[in-house]
Order: sequence, then C-alpha cells, then structure tokens
Amino acid sequence: MNIVVLVKQVPDSGADRNLRTDDNTVDRGSANNVINEMDEYAIEEALKIKEAHGGEVTILTMGPDQATESIRKALSMGPDKAVHVLDDALAGSCAVTTSTVLSAALGRLNADLVLCGAESTDGRVQVLPHMIAERLGVAALTGARKLTVDGGTLTIERQTEEGYEVVTAEAPAVVSVWDTINEPRYPSFKGIMAAKKKPVQTLPLGDLGVAPAEVGHAGATSVVLEHSKRPPRSSGTKVTDEGAGGTQLVEFLATEKFV
Amino acid sequence: MSEVLVVVEATREFGVKKVTLEMLTLARGLGTPSAVVLGGPGAAEALSAKLGEYGAAKIYAAESAEIDGYLVAPKATVLAELVGRVQPAAVLLASAQEGKEIAARLAVKLDNGILTDVVGLDADGTATQVVFAGSTIVKSKVTRGLPLVTVRPNSVTPEPAAATPAVEQLTVSVPAADKLARVVNRVAEQKGSRPELTEASVVVSGGRGVGTADNFTLVEELADLLGGAVGASRAAVDSGYYPHQFQVGQTGKTVSPQLYIALGISGAIQHRAGMQTSKTIVAVNKDGEAPIFELADFGVVGDLFKVVPQTAEEIRKRR
Repeated sequence: MNIVVLVKQVPDSGADRNLRTDDNTVDRGSANNVINEMDEYAIEEALKIKEAHGGEVTILTMGPDQATESIRKALSMGPDKAVHVLDDALAGSCAVTTSTVLSAALGRLNADLVLCGAESTDGRVQVLPHMIAERLGVAALTGARKLTVDGGTLTIERQTEEGYEVVTAEAPAVVSVWDTINEPRYPSFKGIMAAKKKPVQTLPLGDLGVAPAEVGHAGATSVVLEHSKRPPRSSGTKVTDEGAGGTQLVEFLATEKFV
Repeated sequence: MSEVLVVVEATREFGVKKVTLEMLTLARGLGTPSAVVLGGPGAAEALSAKLGEYGAAKIYAAESAEIDGYLVAPKATVLAELVGRVQPAAVLLASAQEGKEIAARLAVKLDNGILTDVVGLDADGTATQVVFAGSTIVKSKVTRGLPLVTVRPNSVTPEPAAATPAVEQLTVSVPAADKLARVVNRVAEQKGSRPELTEASVVVSGGRGVGTADNFTLVEELADLLGGAVGASRAAVDSGYYPHQFQVGQTGKTVSPQLYIALGISGAIQHRAGMQTSKTIVAVNKDGEAPIFELADFGVVGDLFKVVPQTAEEIRKRR
C-alpha cells in the first residue's frame, strides 16, 4: 500500500505559546518546534500497515524551512521518504488554503491511504482530513481509535461521544487517528542515522499549479483581528486537610451555591 | 432580518443538546435563527418543541436513512444546497468532531472561510476564540464568504425566546461521491445517565492519584451527587482507569463548566489545556506543590480517599 502521512510542525504544547504581534500568526521563532504529537500516531499506524502488508510510507509536510527538523525526526521512526512543500508565499495560510496546497501535493503522490493526526495541538481545528477528502473526492474515515486493512478495504472504529461507530471505505481514503490507536515507537539510533540519508523532495508552489495569490496571507479566508493574553487565573484558598478537608470543601461549594 | 442557520446537535437518548440552544441564542444576535436537522427519518419531530422554545423561527428537516448511513459527507451536501438557496447571514455548527467535519466540507464546497471553537459572536460576524490551552483570546473574522463558525459548548448561557417554528422538509438526494464512507454499526458505550462531558455544568475528574479503575467509583459518586459528568486526566486514561472518551486535556476534550473538581490530578499543562477556562476550579491533591493549586479557587491538600468520602457525606447531610 502506498501510504502518505501528513506531518505538521507545531510549537511545543508543553511550553508557553504565543501569536506574533506583527501578522497575528503563530510565533514559531520563539517556540520549541516539534512534530504535532497526534501525527506520531499516524506515522506509527502507517509503519504497522507497511510491515503487515508491504508498500511505501511517505511523509508530507507543508511548512517553513525549520520544518525540516520535524521531517527528519519523522523519517527516523522508519518512513521511506518525505515531500516538503516549501514556499515563502505559504506563510499565513488558513485551513481552507492549506487544504488546497496539501490536496495538490497529494494529487502527485498517488496514495492509496493518507494518514494524519485527528487534530494539531496548535490550532486544534480538526478540519483538514475532510477538506482534503472533499477536494480529492475520496473517502474520509476520521477520528479512528482502530484501523483494519483488508486488501483495499479500510475499516475504522470512530470514537464518538456515545461510544464508537464502525465505518468502512475502499481505498483510496484519508484516515485520521486519535492517540488511542497505538503506541508510537521511539526512533532507534540506526533509524536516526538512516533518516539523514533518506530522500526529502522540496516542492515549491509553482510545481503544484497553485498561484501564490491563492495561499498565505493573500489567499487567507479568515483573519485574526487582534489577540491578547488571557489573564492568568489566580489561586484562591488552599487548606490542608486535618480531618475536616471535605467539610471545608463543601462549605466553599455552598458559598458558591453549588450545593 | 436574514436567516441564521443553526445545525442541530442532538442525541437519540437526550434530544437537543445544550450547545444547540447556545447556538440559537448566539444566532439571534445576527438575525433570525433557523434550525437545521440532519438525521434519519423522523429525526426532527422529537426536537421541534425545544428548538422553538429557544427561538428557532423555522426548522429545516433533512431526514433520510442515507444521511445516517454515511459519514458526514451527505450532511455537508444538504447544507450546502440550503445555504445556496436561503443565503443566510451566518451558519453555526457545534464545535465537536462532527460539527467541525461538516463545516470543513461546507467551507470547501462554498470556498468559504471557517472559524472553529468560537465562544462569542458579534453582530458583524466578529468571533471570539480562546486558543493555546485557554491562554490567548483571539478576535477573528471570516473574510471570504459568510461567517461559518463552530461554537464551543458552554460558551454562552442559553436564553429561551419562544417561537413557533414552521417545519420545512428538505429533499435529500445523496450523490455517489458522498457514499464512500459507510457507517456499518453504532455501538453505545457511555454508561448511566450522566450529562455529556463537554456540556455538563459540573465536571468531576480523576487523575493518577485515584490509583485504580475501581477507585473511580469515588469520582463517579461525587459527580452524581453534584449532577455532573465524570472526566479523567491523560495519566488516568493511559493507566486504564477510565475510558478515553472521558479524557480532559490537550489530546482529549476541552470543558468549560461552572464547576470543575480535580481529584488526584497534578495539573500538567496537558490537562490544564482542557479545563482552565472553567468558571470555578476545586482541587484535591496530596501534593501541596502540585500545579493544579495555581488555578484552583479552592484547594484541599490531603488524601483524596479521606477528603472525597467526607465531601460526599457532607453534601448528603445538607440535603
């Protein structure tokens, strides 16, 4: 199976994250930039399918120069090669235009299966898999906690509020995964060394037939007008339980009219 | 006034979800709300009274087994046709998995911008979003097409505004391209009658400190006494104490209840990302240095196995 995994570089969600004051985009300069955590589960799932059924795994990333670090990190887990859509005009792209670019890139890669994380930890917008499926006219199986491949038939357990749905489609398809689907492997030393030699193809917009005016700030379909830091919560009363902690807690709830 | 389309979120068991009433309330600031029911045969009838109570002047009902039988795509097609016909002032959907997915497809079909996790919406379409784990407030606007927004549950207080909605049945014709992802089974896992996690006004969550899956009955007991939902930290879910769909945090649900009680949760940034916009936060943890106390309006440093039973007992006494 020819599998493409979408990988996004994001600011580390474990640290302080900011929007820039000049163009209101994510501040990548001051951040520790890492692979979107959910994408690691997509990579792992791709590798497991390749191990069981054969095929090839390609990483597809759209992002600035520094995203190369995340691409190498992704490759060190075991994928075969990567494609990096890189163009200055892409800065400031919204979700809608990002889906245009990724769909154009996927159009050249001939994937049977496109795997991705269910959402990124920065935007948490969760729309890309369906946008891409809509553009490519292929099935979208989203929010998977389990994926089964049987020949060309893909079946997922889709996590819902009430439980789960079993959803099935024929390849080609886009499948997005939650972090319950597997346990991503750590890159081995051998994997890290091998990743340095794996092919990474850089694709500028011109090669995709997408005009610069359609993407980035110029083509964005929404705009951030302003942003501000939410005032940090201040801590309130803290008591140490000396036998009456539960009672004190209920007294607090009573003053706040919860009981 | 122009129509504002509100795509109804409902469950078979509980009917119209609260986020729908929030959307109807928000929609009234932009125009006249019309509710859109996308579901199986007969889906709209059970919901119409409630939708009218909160100001739906009209109900568009798209009811078909084909809508229920395939994932998301048919709903987006029906909605796109409706938008093209009525030219609404805005389209609102719930900021949950399916609402975002329908909105995603609609955005592509209409070549329209989209804003997700919206917590406020002005008459001119300017949306307020809370991003980066609740640390940053953003004002944003769709600049291409109409305001297409997904609204985060528990963002506004639903306000009734009685209306008598006229029901209009929509013709549903699902193209082959929307039948690629077939739903072959739906399995209910949620137990009991607790409110849904993202909608609940009270959430009681347990973390690693709860210690075992069995001990989660303590968390459930307190939640039930307060009429709340049960949540769990990632550490608790990863340890197998509680199912993943109840995970609160960066890689789980974002909740914003009136009251959030964290039991045996240290308050790692991963967890705070999902709960720090809660109105009131209470924490019980044996480690007095745990970061959860930095957010807590009331914190008890102590053994949750002593504090929680006493809390439950005291609540019962006060009834």
